[in-house]
Amino acid sequence: MKYYGLIDGSDSSLKEFLNKLPGVDAVGADARAAMLATRSIKTTSKRWAIDTAISMVDLTTLEGADTVGKVQALCAKAVRPDPTDLSVPSVGAVCVYNDMVGVARKHLDSIGGAHVPVAAVSTAFPSGRASMKVKIQDTQDAIDAGAGEIDMVIDRGAFLSGNYIEVFNEIVAIKEICGEKAHLKVIFETGELVTYDNVRKASYLAMLAGADFIKTSTGKVAPAATPPVVLVMLEAVRDFYEMAGVRIGVKPAGGIRNTKDAIKQLVLVNETAGPEWLTPSLFRIGASALLNDLLMQRMKMDDGYYASPQYVTID
Amino acid sequence: MSKRIDVKKTYKLFIGGAFPRTESGRTYEVKNARGEFIANPCLASRKDLKDAVVAARAAHSGWSNATAYNRGQILYRIAEMLEGRRDQFVSEIIELAGVAPKKAQDEVDASIDLLVWYAGWTDKISALDGATNPVAGPYYNFTIPESLGVVGFIAPKKSALLGFVAGIAPIIASGNTVIALASESAPLPAMSLAEVIATSDVPAGVVNILTGKSAELAPWFASHMDIDGLDISGLDAKLVTEIKKSGAQNLKRIHSFKDISSPARILAFMESKTVWHPIGV
Repeated sequence: MKYYGLIDGSDSSLKEFLNKLPGVDAVGADARAAMLATRSIKTTSKRWAIDTAISMVDLTTLEGADTVGKVQALCAKAVRPDPTDLSVPSVGAVCVYNDMVGVARKHLDSIGGAHVPVAAVSTAFPSGRASMKVKIQDTQDAIDAGAGEIDMVIDRGAFLSGNYIEVFNEIVAIKEICGEKAHLKVIFETGELVTYDNVRKASYLAMLAGADFIKTSTGKVAPAATPPVVLVMLEAVRDFYEMAGVRIGVKPAGGIRNTKDAIKQLVLVNETAGPEWLTPSLFRIGASALLNDLLMQRMKMDDGYYASPQYVTID
Repeated sequence: MSKRIDVKKTYKLFIGGAFPRTESGRTYEVKNARGEFIANPCLASRKDLKDAVVAARAAHSGWSNATAYNRGQILYRIAEMLEGRRDQFVSEIIELAGVAPKKAQDEVDASIDLLVWYAGWTDKISALDGATNPVAGPYYNFTIPESLGVVGFIAPKKSALLGFVAGIAPIIASGNTVIALASESAPLPAMSLAEVIATSDVPAGVVNILTGKSAELAPWFASHMDIDGLDISGLDAKLVTEIKKSGAQNLKRIHSFKDISSPARILAFMESKTVWHPIGV
């Protein structure tokens, strides 16, 4: 059923739905996220968490200075993060700018990485300030080049001025282009949405419009994926599953740089949405530096001594 | 007038320019020479060491790229700051080691002078150990000593201030960053020195100081892949073989010294770079 039968797609029904959402207890969310961050994960659980986190990483390079060589090196690392240890799983996806999608897809296929999807950032990433025509073409280009996942940004200006239906219609239009070919991740840029209430509203708005994943940030704005924001989004996907019977994924991105941060995120997932979400098809971590730290922690667990960054690749 | 309540200092660690408590939450008792309780410093864990290595590694590029002259100025600045707090250090040493005031004064003076001495070496060490090498070709060929990277230091148990300064000054003089483990039985002068260093323009992370048990932490110093050198002057003789063995796994340079003032202490944690330059270009 269209929009899960929860709204009819009109401005008024969307507004009514979003305005009925309860406000977020900001102090409670902060406290709960802080409390969950103190969980101690050790030995075999930690080992499992590290491997799970590696398989959830969307290995990302989103720089103006990206080159074909850099993207290819990143693809090689995505397929086999530690070339000296074949038991390390491949990452969840490679995340690049639109024009690098073809390069990444071709290289992944040529090095035995057909199982690693390419995610493209889309709709005038990172600001989202372009005409709808450009945004649609942007998305179409990425899918034609072989992107299996589309990370679109919402128009935060429209959202903040209360023009929810415009944001909603944009997501619906992009979802239509993605169809069955590509997963759609919707980026809110929570650092610009300011309040947890807005994060909750944006989460439901995106899920109703057909997002497969909701994603915190572009990585270009701080604060990004803070634990309380991720908590609010995880609560949203959990409650949405109750309402609509569909599990939507969550992708925190930005500011998750070390193993400790990543494990904190996994604890949040387990305790908020539930263990069903502890899989790369429902939880991803957008990161670049994180992977090296995960690999170094893994080496430490295997070898019994601390590893050096000189033994992992420079990205 | 009522008696003031004592304001006692909480001794913490010095990592990356900040004074955190140990992540382990542990402390241990330090007693003076008469066996009386003095303080509860942090009992650092291997994770504090790991954090210190990250801070030291991050600081290395900036510190080693600073000019030798600038490093000398900063070492001299530590001496100036220490001079200004001379009385505090003298009374700490008297209290802790139970020595005569004259002996304590001599130790603090010697520490200040030693910092000035190593400050002078920063821009002269490459003249001592560098060379222009004769080669059979139209090239100038230079060898220049450069800093090694991140160096650990296990401080001697005795002469808690002088022995400590004698360890860290030559290590940082050449552009290395240091993680020092203060004397287990007398760590307080080293932690007070951290306050001096924190106010001497030494960039955060160049000097990191831990307090704790060397038998517990030394093996982690030796096996850590991201520590390039280790000064074990203060290590228990029983542990030396084990430490050298585990340091050999990662080709760590491990040295121990008797002299407090010697250019050999600087050169031990430097490595040579040789440059070929065509003549006439």
